[in-house]
Amino acid sequence: MAERKLRILVGKPGLDGHDRGAKVVARAFRDAGLEVIYTGLHQTPEQIVSAAIQEDVDCIGLSILSGAHNTLLPRVCDLLKEKEADDIAVFCGGVIPEDDIPGLKKSGLKEVFTPGTSTEDIVSWVKANVGC
Amino acid sequence: MTLAEKILQGDIRAAARLMRNVDDGFSSALPELMVLYPHTGKAYVIGITGPPGAGKSTLTDQITASFRARGKRVGIVAVDPTSPFTGGAILGDRIRMNRHADDEGVFIRSLATRGALGGISRSTGEVVNIMDAMGMDIVIIETVGVGQDEIDIVRMAHTTVVVMVPGLGDDIQAIKAGILEIADVFVVNKADREGADRTARELSMMIEMGNRKEGEWLPKVMKTEASRCIGIEELVAEFETHREFLSASGIIHRFTEEKNSAIFSEMLKERLFNEVYGSLLDNGELKRIVAGMGTRSVDPYSAVQEVLERFLSRPESRAA
Repeated sequence: MAERKLRILVGKPGLDGHDRGAKVVARAFRDAGLEVIYTGLHQTPEQIVSAAIQEDVDCIGLSILSGAHNTLLPRVCDLLKEKEADDIAVFCGGVIPEDDIPGLKKSGLKEVFTPGTSTEDIVSWVKANVGC
Repeated sequence: MTLAEKILQGDIRAAARLMRNVDDGFSSALPELMVLYPHTGKAYVIGITGPPGAGKSTLTDQITASFRARGKRVGIVAVDPTSPFTGGAILGDRIRMNRHADDEGVFIRSLATRGALGGISRSTGEVVNIMDAMGMDIVIIETVGVGQDEIDIVRMAHTTVVVMVPGLGDDIQAIKAGILEIADVFVVNKADREGADRTARELSMMIEMGNRKEGEWLPKVMKTEASRCIGIEELVAEFETHREFLSASGIIHRFTEEKNSAIFSEMLKERLFNEVYGSLLDNGELKRIVAGMGTRSVDPYSAVQEVLERFLSRPESRAA
């Protein structure tokens, strides 16, 4: 009778102020039947991780356009490990140079979506790769 | 170790997981809640309700900051609506509260209504209890943006705050039947806006017109600008005053009794219904009854009577 409802945190780490992409993706998840915890702009990795833990989400989707991805995203993954919560999957989207993707994945990111990705692709990736 | 044991030792992840199990209706949550129950009943519960965009989240954020400055631990349950079409939800109340995200003395949980119509989710009471067992001194429940009749919060909260904003015009008249009756404190937020004084005045008049008995609490109307932290200390002081009034007048006992009786009867209703209905569903009897009603060979009154008699005389239901 009881069924797990997928919960996802969508947020923007760091200082860039462009959240259109994050909102579009959050909306797409909502329309796909997920519960989306939207934390908005200017989040520190610490805030993101403790929110994810308190909300008991299955995954964290981060949008980043500032260029600080190589610093902020691995920090999120490290903090999750530190708190023994690295079962929570992390993926990101934004302006990420191809060359940076292998390094990010090595640091713990499950997937990196670059500009031009359709929301359908992101939603189906989450449904296929995340869950209980 | 069970989730409940971990929670009592301060494990945040365990608490978050139990809240989810409750929200998702997992029966495994029941034994955990049984263990936690004796550790609840200590937190002071404040309900914040009002129309969408009135500033409930920002107000919750500021109230939390004020309680934190007094060294209190604060739990926040923030409810947002579920889409009736997709079952999805955007839970965005945290946006206004993120400065507390990495404060260990604050635990914020966003909940979706999941079809409940009273302004909070069905799981809200249990989530409050879990926060209570975690040792939160104050639990703030922020309802979905409400209109007139979503007043479930009043059973949950010791102090209910109804947040209004200027510019909604004369609709105070329209809302008076539902919301005006449940407020222990009225807040006119965004008080820098034109019409704030008028809104406050209209609310005060409405309160004065009410037929209050001797010894009853008289709600105050307070003006705030939550985004600039104006009026917050006065508001929190008013919570204290109301809290003292509740215990000094003994009304707190009546409140607790009514709340507990409502909790028990709701739970009994739900369990009984699920048991009986589930068994009718499983053994195909429901189908026969519905088909019989279609041809008028069965009437629902006798069908219910018969099902109940049979169910209540079952030996196992007596034992349980």
